[in-house]
Amino acid sequence: MSLLTVSGLNAYYGDFQALFEIDFEANAGEAIAVIGANGAGKSTFLNTIAGNVKSQGNAVRFDGEAICGLRPWQIVRRGIALVPEGRRLFSSLTVEENLLMGAYAKKNGAWPLAQIYELFPQLKLKCKQPSLSLSGGEQQMVAIGRALISNPRLLMCDELSLGLAPMVIHDIYETLAAIKDLGVTLIIVEQNVRQALAFADRVYCFQEGRVSLEGRARALKQEQVSRAYFGLDGAA
Amino acid sequence: MSGWIDSILQGIMLGALYALFAAGLSLVFGVMRMVNVAHGDLIVLSAFLAMWLQRLMGFSSTFLTLILLVPLMFAVGYLLQRTILNPALGEDILRPVLITFGLSVIIQNGLLQAFSADSQKLHGGRVEVASIALPAGLAVGTLPLLTLVVSTALIGLLQWVLYRTKLGRALRATSDDLSTAGLMGVNTPHLFAMATGIAMVTVAVAGVFTGIRASFDAVSGPDWLIFAFEAVIIGGLGSLWGTLAGGMILAMAQTTGARFSPSWQMLAGHLVFLAILILWPQGLFPRRTE
Repeated sequence: MSLLTVSGLNAYYGDFQALFEIDFEANAGEAIAVIGANGAGKSTFLNTIAGNVKSQGNAVRFDGEAICGLRPWQIVRRGIALVPEGRRLFSSLTVEENLLMGAYAKKNGAWPLAQIYELFPQLKLKCKQPSLSLSGGEQQMVAIGRALISNPRLLMCDELSLGLAPMVIHDIYETLAAIKDLGVTLIIVEQNVRQALAFADRVYCFQEGRVSLEGRARALKQEQVSRAYFGLDGAA
Repeated sequence: MSGWIDSILQGIMLGALYALFAAGLSLVFGVMRMVNVAHGDLIVLSAFLAMWLQRLMGFSSTFLTLILLVPLMFAVGYLLQRTILNPALGEDILRPVLITFGLSVIIQNGLLQAFSADSQKLHGGRVEVASIALPAGLAVGTLPLLTLVVSTALIGLLQWVLYRTKLGRALRATSDDLSTAGLMGVNTPHLFAMATGIAMVTVAVAGVFTGIRASFDAVSGPDWLIFAFEAVIIGGLGSLWGTLAGGMILAMAQTTGARFSPSWQMLAGHLVFLAILILWPQGLFPRRTE
């Protein structure tokens, strides 16, 4: 069943068009990776769904309803959460306050804090610390926990592994797999193509604001991906 | 000797009032990086509204007008932010400055039209002239003491709201990162309006206490705005207790300066402010940085 349907989506920053006629679909329970070079429009795509970048008409439908033109705080109430690129923790808030901010919109149905701490046991020990005193990996856990606590049906993660050590990235992806097992639909934007292909069920490759390739992660050939990624015919 | 102690005591009590002027200014700046140039005029507006409400409702004491004035000013602040100030916010911090400057002119002229240019004073009743005797021949006025208690309590309440409630957490988060706060479900235009509404509650209380303490007229606002700015800057931006201390330091400089000569009162305050600005540009109690 399709949870998120995007059809013919265009997005603009002022006069600059960042996305061209994007078609995209996420089924309930799927994990989807969006890959592509820098500036391909991956982050813009997530930000458009989250409402940070405006879109028009019926281009984005979530659970059958058009969500174009809604503001970010309305969209998160519908059940879409974004872990923004660079984590964007609230610097003057403690770890626990950051997590609680994620539950701001939800009067009922938010995850209890204990459930987040079960997923990220390290955070419980440091819950009263200023959020930026944590290591990069732990900060990323706070960012994921903060998005998850709103009990989203769709969780979008932008560049989770940016600047993190391989071991930490491994742990983060194990946690993401656990989150997926809970029935949360995932869209991840990932620079590391190998990581993306290993984790996701399906992959979309973006190139200069357009979808250049779409397919099941296991079925894609490396050559296909390279071409879609770099846009060079015959490049290895 | 007791004369100096007296000046310092008076300074502490007057400083609490300055801190009250400054608390709302500081809150609004902290949450939305907006400098409200009309803040002083809104305090004067509150004082005039208190006077008008007292006549209208026949309250025996001006303090009672706060029952109506506090919710009224909250509503004024909320609507002002929602309708006029929110659209002006953005990358350019000059736009809200210009708009609130215009608002200041409008309020001053509106008050001139409605209440004339006459100097006014609010009537607090017996509390105005009562005093409490202290040892060593000192005495403190009941009204200044009451001002100190009320201001400190209100700043304490603001601090509690900011650090112990969900609303306060959202205000601090929005201050850190506006767009990420939106992603968390914070309706930022509404939150900004709440912040200005809360600031106007402090303005209402400040207006009544100032109006009872001193005379005022339609163009008193800018004088009071200066004290508010100075208190915030001495204390350090983003710290309410720092603002309280800043107000007290400013007022103590004024009251001790006045002991040398009445003409030194304002000058001493401004000189101490300048000295602190040069020596500690961040203020005395800046918010801890991470």
